[in-house]
Amino acid sequence: MSKVRVLVGTRKGAFILTADGKREKWDVSGPFFAGWPVYHLKGSPVDPNRIFASQTSDWFGQVIQRSDDGGKTWIQPGTPPGESTTAPDGSPKGESNKFVYDTSGPTGKPLTTHQWYDGTQHPWEFKRVWHLEPSLKDPDTVYAGIEDAALFRSSDGGKSWQELSGLRGHGTGPKWQPGAGGLCLHSIVLDPSNPQRIFIAISAAGAFRTDDGGKTWKPINQGLRSQYIPDPKAEIGHCVHHIAMHASKPGVLFMQKHWDVMRTNNAGDVWTEVSGNLPTDFGFVIDIHTHEPETIYVVPIKSDGEHFPLDGKLRVYRSRTGGNEWEELSKGLPERNCYVNVLRDAMAVDSLDSCGVYFGTTGGQVYSSANAGDSWAPIVRDLPAVLSVEVQTLP
Amino acid sequence: MSRATIQVALPAHLRTLARLDHGDVTVEVEGRVTQRSVLDALEARYPMLCGTIRDHTTQERRPFVRFFACEQDLSHDSPDALLPEAVASGKEPFFVIGAIAGG
Repeated sequence: MSKVRVLVGTRKGAFILTADGKREKWDVSGPFFAGWPVYHLKGSPVDPNRIFASQTSDWFGQVIQRSDDGGKTWIQPGTPPGESTTAPDGSPKGESNKFVYDTSGPTGKPLTTHQWYDGTQHPWEFKRVWHLEPSLKDPDTVYAGIEDAALFRSSDGGKSWQELSGLRGHGTGPKWQPGAGGLCLHSIVLDPSNPQRIFIAISAAGAFRTDDGGKTWKPINQGLRSQYIPDPKAEIGHCVHHIAMHASKPGVLFMQKHWDVMRTNNAGDVWTEVSGNLPTDFGFVIDIHTHEPETIYVVPIKSDGEHFPLDGKLRVYRSRTGGNEWEELSKGLPERNCYVNVLRDAMAVDSLDSCGVYFGTTGGQVYSSANAGDSWAPIVRDLPAVLSVEVQTLP
Repeated sequence: MSRATIQVALPAHLRTLARLDHGDVTVEVEGRVTQRSVLDALEARYPMLCGTIRDHTTQERRPFVRFFACEQDLSHDSPDALLPEAVASGKEPFFVIGAIAGG
């Protein structure tokens, strides 16, 4: 029987939740990396036993962890004895956490500053890895979205990282400004039909696309409207919270923006709003049913000033029409006194026949639905604040 | 060239990263015993600590990390200044401490 493995990053460590295909009885393991914020974990689609994790701390910086046995044991790539290294004396270099911005100016411009909150230019400073996106084809290749916003890639299983600097260097970089959560590159979407095409999103710069494997990029924000930007048609400056794509329709993307749920049918060239009858269209997460590319999920949050559900009722909303027409999904979710948030990387779907949907809250609950959202049950209730949720469907 | 055995006391999170169960670490330092030479030796023996105490590129102390020895705060000393004799002789440990901040 198939089973699922849910990877949960929290403020104080990582947890792995496993169940068989019924998704009724769960085993909980962890905390892994106890006491450290774990922003994101994600497994390789090529080798599901290979999982990458971003462990990060204001005290001790960034640590990249990798498991090759489905999360039972972990290493910092490139540090254990016997791991191949590049140090001249043969010793491990310990560079799996070394994220150094490319200042070589491949575009002819030094990539040194972005806009600060006060409008002045500010040096790019590495803070942490927000999101890890393993390659769809190669288990040794993984992308990292970092703060301050940039895209890095490792081609050696996380031992070393190189920036795809064409993103920061394409021209608008000096105008990028941090959102409240920092200048973070939080979303990386790989096009399964075109290995040269990658979508990313940055708060608060917007969405971007490359069609040449990361060498050159362009902003794809036409149609976004952000009231706090003086120019409503601004090319960049939009606070995109998350983007999602269905593998069968790689030209269709859905976006949860700061306010507004958006959709594009042409790979981001133009976006249209599909908030429809949502009670509020502020939120962070957005995801798509595995088998129904027009069925999408969001968790509406009251406002940018009040990061909790409307009326203290935690509800997922589902659209089966690709947006605009939304239905409330509340069976099994708290009906009152619920004031948690659901952060941008904290929703995932499995690929079992009856699509499972999962999300985690800042209150430490991870909810699952084994019937595409019709009903929900908590897997765990008392974890640290959940930062990210991913799920692997295993044979 | 002289060779010294230096005790280094690490915070719990770094001991976990280095897969150390308990107690202080000892590292061998050749020549001058300074913050830099001690940390170079520590990172060579425990490469998983690279970047966690000092910035990978600048080699500067991370902001929320502090260095103490012999009841002195050495955090703002030059990384190339000699450490106290009691540290160089192995009688006292060189403390790497996570600053008390946050919750």
